[in-house]
Order: sequence, then structure tokens, then C-alpha cells
Amino acid sequence: MRFSHSFFLTVLLLSPATSYAVDDPKELLPNPQQEQEAEQIGQQLRCLVCQNESIEESSAPLARDLRKIVRQQLTQGRQKSDILAWMSHRYGNFIQLKPVFNGETALLWLMPFLALGSACALSYRLWFKRPMQARSPQDTALKKD
Amino acid sequence: MMDFFGPEEGHYALALACVLALFQGIAPFLKRQGRPSFFSPLTPGFAWAHALALLLAFMCLMLAALRDDFSVQNIAENSALAKPLFYKITGIWGNHEGSILLWIVLLGLCSACVSFIHTRHQNTLSRLKRHALGVLGLISAGFDLFCLLTSNPFARLFPMPADGMGMNPLLQDPGLAVHPPLLYAGYVGFVVPFAFAIAALIDGQLTRLWATLVRPWVLVAWALLTCGIALGSWWSYYVLGWGGYWFWDPVENASLIPWLSGTALLHSILVVEKRQSLRIWTALLALATFSFSLSGTFLVRSGILNSVHSFANDPTRGVFILTLLALVVGGALTLFAWRAPSLHDESSFTPLSRESALVLNTLFLCTLCAVVLTGTLYPPFIQLLLGHTLSVGKPFFDSTTIPLTIPLLIAMGIGPALPWLHGSLRTTCKRLYPAFLCTCAACIPAFVFLPDRMAALCAVLAVWVIYSSVLALFHQLRVATHPFRPSRKIWGMTLAHIGVGVAILGLCGMSAAHHTIVASRLGEHQSLDGLDWQLVSVTDHPGPNYDARVAELRVSRHGHPIAQLHPALRVFSHPHQTISQVAIRSFLTGDLYAVLGSTEHEGQETRYILRLHHNPLAPWIWLGGLIMAGGGLMACPFGRKRTQGTPS
Amino acid sequence: MTLTRRHILAALPLTGAAALGLGFQHILSSMRTGQFDPRAIRTSGGTVPQFPPLSPLPGLQGAIEGIECTSLTQQNKPILLNFWASWCIPCVTELPLLSALAPSLTLWGIAYKDRPERASAFLARNGQPFERVGQDKDGSAAIEWGITGVPESILILPGGHVVWHHRAALTHEVITHDLLPLLRPFL
Repeated sequence: MRFSHSFFLTVLLLSPATSYAVDDPKELLPNPQQEQEAEQIGQQLRCLVCQNESIEESSAPLARDLRKIVRQQLTQGRQKSDILAWMSHRYGNFIQLKPVFNGETALLWLMPFLALGSACALSYRLWFKRPMQARSPQDTALKKD
Repeated sequence: MMDFFGPEEGHYALALACVLALFQGIAPFLKRQGRPSFFSPLTPGFAWAHALALLLAFMCLMLAALRDDFSVQNIAENSALAKPLFYKITGIWGNHEGSILLWIVLLGLCSACVSFIHTRHQNTLSRLKRHALGVLGLISAGFDLFCLLTSNPFARLFPMPADGMGMNPLLQDPGLAVHPPLLYAGYVGFVVPFAFAIAALIDGQLTRLWATLVRPWVLVAWALLTCGIALGSWWSYYVLGWGGYWFWDPVENASLIPWLSGTALLHSILVVEKRQSLRIWTALLALATFSFSLSGTFLVRSGILNSVHSFANDPTRGVFILTLLALVVGGALTLFAWRAPSLHDESSFTPLSRESALVLNTLFLCTLCAVVLTGTLYPPFIQLLLGHTLSVGKPFFDSTTIPLTIPLLIAMGIGPALPWLHGSLRTTCKRLYPAFLCTCAACIPAFVFLPDRMAALCAVLAVWVIYSSVLALFHQLRVATHPFRPSRKIWGMTLAHIGVGVAILGLCGMSAAHHTIVASRLGEHQSLDGLDWQLVSVTDHPGPNYDARVAELRVSRHGHPIAQLHPALRVFSHPHQTISQVAIRSFLTGDLYAVLGSTEHEGQETRYILRLHHNPLAPWIWLGGLIMAGGGLMACPFGRKRTQGTPS
Repeated sequence: MTLTRRHILAALPLTGAAALGLGFQHILSSMRTGQFDPRAIRTSGGTVPQFPPLSPLPGLQGAIEGIECTSLTQQNKPILLNFWASWCIPCVTELPLLSALAPSLTLWGIAYKDRPERASAFLARNGQPFERVGQDKDGSAAIEWGITGVPESILILPGGHVVWHHRAALTHEVITHDLLPLLRPFL
């Protein structure tokens, strides 16, 4: 399994090559509603072998095992948050494609607000609330021409 | 003949290009007794010679690929005797060394085009052009050197192998043949606004004339980048075979970030052109856009970002890249920090005006850009600072970027209806009110057909953008005397905005996509989304460098056949790999998408695994991208005497 | 030229870019020394997880007992738990290093998704450093341990404390720099 290094020496290699994610209909849950929920959960979990895919998209055997576990636990009536917690407990925060909000990820989650807030404040100061006398003499000279 | 233009000539041409680029970079800045030196007027010549030398090098590599010269390491590693001719050519940029060569060739061509700009002996403009050419030369020199020293496509291999190792079959695809050149052209195209922004900062003059000169370049680069991104996303949609089209992978983000800041630049430069305001901001965006495209393309190759698309990693390369980036980006931003404070904006804005709408638009685009940038860089930096590993993936980006696009879409509808300088609330409302009514009407189908609330809201807003753009166009047409001449910019803008709307409708439609996986016998019927899918036959066909197993699917609705699909499995022998060939039949209402999987044997019975997708409105995503790019090109003032703007 | 607020604002992009650049420089240099792996997965240690008891490999010299939770937590010496498989190429290169460690450290092995006869033959051919070997045929125990592939090694201190999880083949450097310092109190 640990062939990533030589594996990735190949240029521009894209991981799904031979088989595709869920290529066995027996894997799917008979109840379509539950299956959809399982897919949604699977899309939140990162494949640990091919890394930048969710386990739903990955063809790696480990991803298949994890998909199976997600479906098993769903049929046992467990909730999405429980399943995500179960996975994080074993594989760490790394497995969650949507990081949980905590001190470590605060900056990440607050970035939209920070960026928008500072951009609005700055633009307001710079372009909307500028007293006329604050213009540079050059500009006034230009205006006169 | 066999001996002409071999790899050695190519190698030589590359080295020559390096020197010429250095001349091009130094000549304009040489001064003698305060006046430009004798070499200064030669700069355009150096730019031309540089581009020619690079083209020669590129041609040599192409010839080596065509001649199956496996003594060249790059060819031996990425080509094979059995590879079809078309992929021998396009395979040149399917690997690290070749793509870098393509990158610098495009950069050289950009310089050559800039040297074409006719400045009509205007003193400021010709100095601006000379300095821009100099900056382009310096950047080219750096990257030519990078290519020559760390990623030499002409490196030899001894002993020469009898056959090459072949190319990844996934890359043997027409979509991927065109995608990198377009994307790189987009990335590289932003070097021109960058160089002109630096030239303007050196002079301390960022005028209306500057904006008129630079805007077409921004438009062309933006249109190419849009095309490149759309094509890349389409490629992953039909090649990777799980119906996905955007994965928020670092490589994809690396192209999206410059696209976002480039879009912001596209809008803010209009304000410079019209009002001579927003100058510092525009200069910063011009610097940032190219810096982002540069950092994106190259950091992906240094192996820092953890991506699906992995290039060969080489730490020495990484260090070289970082040094170059520090010089280019650091130099530019230092110049900005030094000179930008002396640029003053002429006037302040009223809240209800076109320029305010444009400011608002750039704000949202830059926020989006900041979010994507943070998300992409967060994992490596957290690992560096705290030692923890975490993931930032599609669910994060979806939940942060989609809410940010909503106000952007609202503003996109209102902006074109506002006049410059000062607008009145009443006229604006009066003008937008038909679009508002149509949008309200669109709510019903959107919320009925789209199960996801957010997607439905976005779809409604996309309709809003389309209607109000069309409305703005009608208004302009009524005002304008001639339907084409005065409003070419308006035509382009309308088209681009409609493209955004169409693409967003496509994305929303995809949220209602359905798929199923079945193990089907021959002749068996499956149903998905009210459609009947029948597996008619499975046959074997030999191909040029693979063997294919092709299935035939008949899709019908209420007994009427609507499509035939032929998904296939291709078994490549060199390298040994099985690739699934997705079958897609596109309608205006959506795509039928089928993938053939493995074969199951149960006693006498054979079952074929099929993955069937119904993707409503899927083609609209790429159609929208094309419309956007078309709008960008249309807004481009080609063939006008654009440098003769009258400075009022 | 006086330093105004405008100057500070204009210098912000440079500062940001410089910070990012320094970060990248640090990452690149750590990547070269092997301290930074962009593909790394780190989990916080904790205790031995609950996993189904693993039966021993048949026909193996020395290791006749399987592995289960209780026996792992009740040990009074550190244990290096190694997940391996006969189909895994890096495992072959790792075995000699494990054999060299075996006299000073108790090694327990888990054959991951492997056929018993192949696993036994693999150890018979390449050396058998393990005190106990368990079979994880369907990989379910590996998931409890948070294994992403083979080989992976986990150090468990007395009391069942998981202190170290290495997600790649062991190398000489890893053993001397990472593993041995953790073992020092017990040697």
C-alpha cells in the first residue's frame, strides 16, 4: 500500500485509474434515502490513501472498507455526527474534509468575515468617506486644467 | 535533414533565449548621462529574437518527439513508438519539463506582442512600453534559466532505450491536449498587466491612458484563463468518470485564485479608465493576479501542496522556484509599497453609482479569493506551525464560497443598471423592475425542481443576473444610435454576465443529479430519473494502442428512444493500465452519462457493472464558461486606435 | 518622506507575501531533511483501541499466540506493533531493521489483509522478528487502529499508552531519531 512515493514520481498522475468509486452495486444500501445520506457522509471523509478525494470518489480498498462502515453504522441507526466522530477518533481531524471549528481552525472559518469586513471598512474609508480637502495638491491642479 | 533541429539545437536555442531575455531585461534600464542608452531602442528586437529562439527550441523538442528520439530523457519517459501521432505532439506539454518550456514560449510570445504596441511616439507611453518590456525580459530570463538549469527538456539519456515508457493513458485525450496551452496562456497573459503596472509604478504615473492600454490584455488573458479552467473542469467530468467537475483540489484552486483576482482587476480597471480613481487598488490587483498565477503554477510543482495531480517533486527545483518567486513577487510588492502611496485617487464616490457597484464587486471577488487562498494554504501552514494535520476540502469550500457568491450575484444584476457618477434610486428601481418580476416568477420552478434550498436560491439569482443584463443591454441599445459601435464593451459585458448566469444555472442543476450503479445482464432494463436504460450489447474492438470493450446502451423515455451510449473500457498495453471511457450524450436539458465497470461472472451468467448518471443542466456549466470567455473577447477593443485615447 | 498610514497600508501586501514566502522556505527546507511530509497524517496518541481478537498465524516458529486487546494493555514492557503484509514491497526492506531491533524491543506483528499461508511463508523467507503475530484478514482491526496502509508501526508503552504512530516503512534514521529516544526510560 505504501507505494505513494514511487507511485507519484509519474508525472501528473491522477489516481482513479482502473476501477471507480463504488463499482459494486452490492455496496449500496437498499433504501435510497439512506444511501443518499451515506453518500453525503462519505463525501465529508477524506480518502487516506489517495488523499485529495473523498472516500465516495476513491477506488482504494481502504476507502471501500470505510464506505462499508459508514453504511453499516447508518443502518444501525447512528447519526451523521456520531459517524464523523467515530472516524475522527481513529484517523484524527485529517479525515474530515470540512474541518471542525476550534482554536486551530478559527482563522480559517472566520476568514470570510475578516476579509469582507476589512475590505468594506477600508474601501469605505478610502473611496466613500473622503473629505474634499484631503485631496493632494496634484489632483486639484489636474482638476483645474 | 535528419540532423537538423535536433535536441542539441534546441538546447542551444534555449540557452540563447536566456541571454537574449537578459539583454531585453537590461537594455531599457541602461542610462547614459540621464538619457536612455544606445541599446534601449533595441529592446523590441531582443524581445522578438527571444521569442524566435524559444519557438525554435520548442520546435526542436516537437521534432524529437515526432522522430521518437529516445535519447532525450523527456521523450523516453513520456512517449512510446506506439503512441498516436497526435499525442506525440500534445504529449510535449503533458509533463513537467515540456510544460515549463510551453510556459516560457508563451511568455516570450507575450513580450513579442507587447513590442508590437504602437505608441505613436508619445513620450510617456513609449517609456512605459520600454520599461514593461524590460520587466518582461527580466521575468523571462529567470524562468528560461529555471527551465535550462532544473527542468531541461533536452537532457539526454545514455544508453538510449529502444522504446519509451509511454504516456499515462488518462492524458491521451483531446481535451487535455488543448487544456494546458489555454490555461498557461491565461496565466502568462496576466504578465502584461503586471509588467505595465510595474512600469507605471516606476514612473509614478498610472493614468487613464495606462488603463486603456492594459485593459485588452487583461480581457484576453481572462478569457483564455476562463476557457482553460472550463476545459479542465470538463476534462475531469468526462475522463475521471464519477460525474464530478470541480473538486477544490489545490491545482484547481491555483487556477481559480488568479481567475478571481483577474476578474476583480477586469472590473476595477474600468474605474481607472472612466474616473481615474481606484488606481492603487488596480495596480495591486494587476500585481497580485500574475503573482498568484505564478505562485500557483509553480508551488504545485514544488510538492508543498498535497494534490491529486502530482508533478514530479524535486526539492532543488522548489528552492529555485521560491527564489524566483521572491525576486519577482517580492520585487514587485516592494516597488508597490514604495511608490503606491504617491498615487492619489482623483475623486470619491457616491454610494449609488456604477463605480460603487464595481468597488463592491471587487470586494466580494477579493474576499472569495482570500477564502480560497486561506483554505488552500491552511493545512501546510498549520502543519508547519502546530504540527497537526488537517484537511480542507470540498465541503468547506462549498459552505464558505457559495454564501459569498449570493451578494455578488445580486450586485451583478444591479451594477449595469447604474449610471456613472451619480444615480437615483427611483430610476434604478424603475429600470430593474421587469427583471425583478421575472426573477420572482423563476422562484417557483427553482424551488420545485431543486431539492437543495441553497441551489434553488442561486438558480433564482442566476436568472436575475441574466434578465437584468439583457435589460441593461436593451437600455443601452435604445440610447445608442448604432447597434454595434458604441456599445461593444456593453455587448461583451452583457454576454459575460449572461455566461456567469448560465454557468451558475448549470451548477445548480447538477445539485439535482442522480446516479445509480447496477450489475446488468445483456438486454436488461434499468430505470433512473424516469428514463429507461437498456444494455443492448458488449463487444470487443481493437484500438491503435489499446484494446477496447464497448457496451451499447439504449436510453428511452416513455418508450421513445432518445439516445445511444457507448461506454467503453480501454486496456492499454504500454504502460499497462485500464481506462474507462465515459459515454456522454448531452442535451440542452442535461447529460446522460454512463460508465462501464468490471464484469462479474456467476456460473453461466455474465453481468456488467454500469454506473448511470443523469445530470440535469450539466452542459450549461461549460457553455456558460464559453459564453463568459466570448464576452471577454468581445469587449476587447481590437482594431481600434486604442493608444490614442485623449487624456482630458 | 514621512511615514503615513498610506505607507503602512501599501506595505501590507509585501508583509503578507514575505510571511508566506518564509513559511514556504521553511517547509521546503524541512521537506529536504525529511521533517516535513505534506502527505503526513498525524493522530493524537491515546490508549489501545478495542479491536476484535486476532488469531495467530498457523505453522509459524516461535509466535504461537494471537493478539487481543487485554494482552496488549497488560504488558509491563514497551511493545512495537507492526502492521505488515506479504504483498507489500516496503515490508521486505523493513524486516531486517525489525530483526535488528528484536533483541532489545518486543515486537508484535499484525498481518494485514493477507492469506495465512502466504503470510507464514513470507516470514519464513524474510526472517521472523515477532513475538506474537495476529491475522487481520478483513482489515477491521486496522481501521480501529487508524491504519492507512502497510507498513505502519505503533509504539505502546506499559499501561496501553499509544505514544508513537509511524505511517511508513521504518528507516535507520527514523529508528535512531524518533523511536529510540522514546524507549530510553525502558532500556
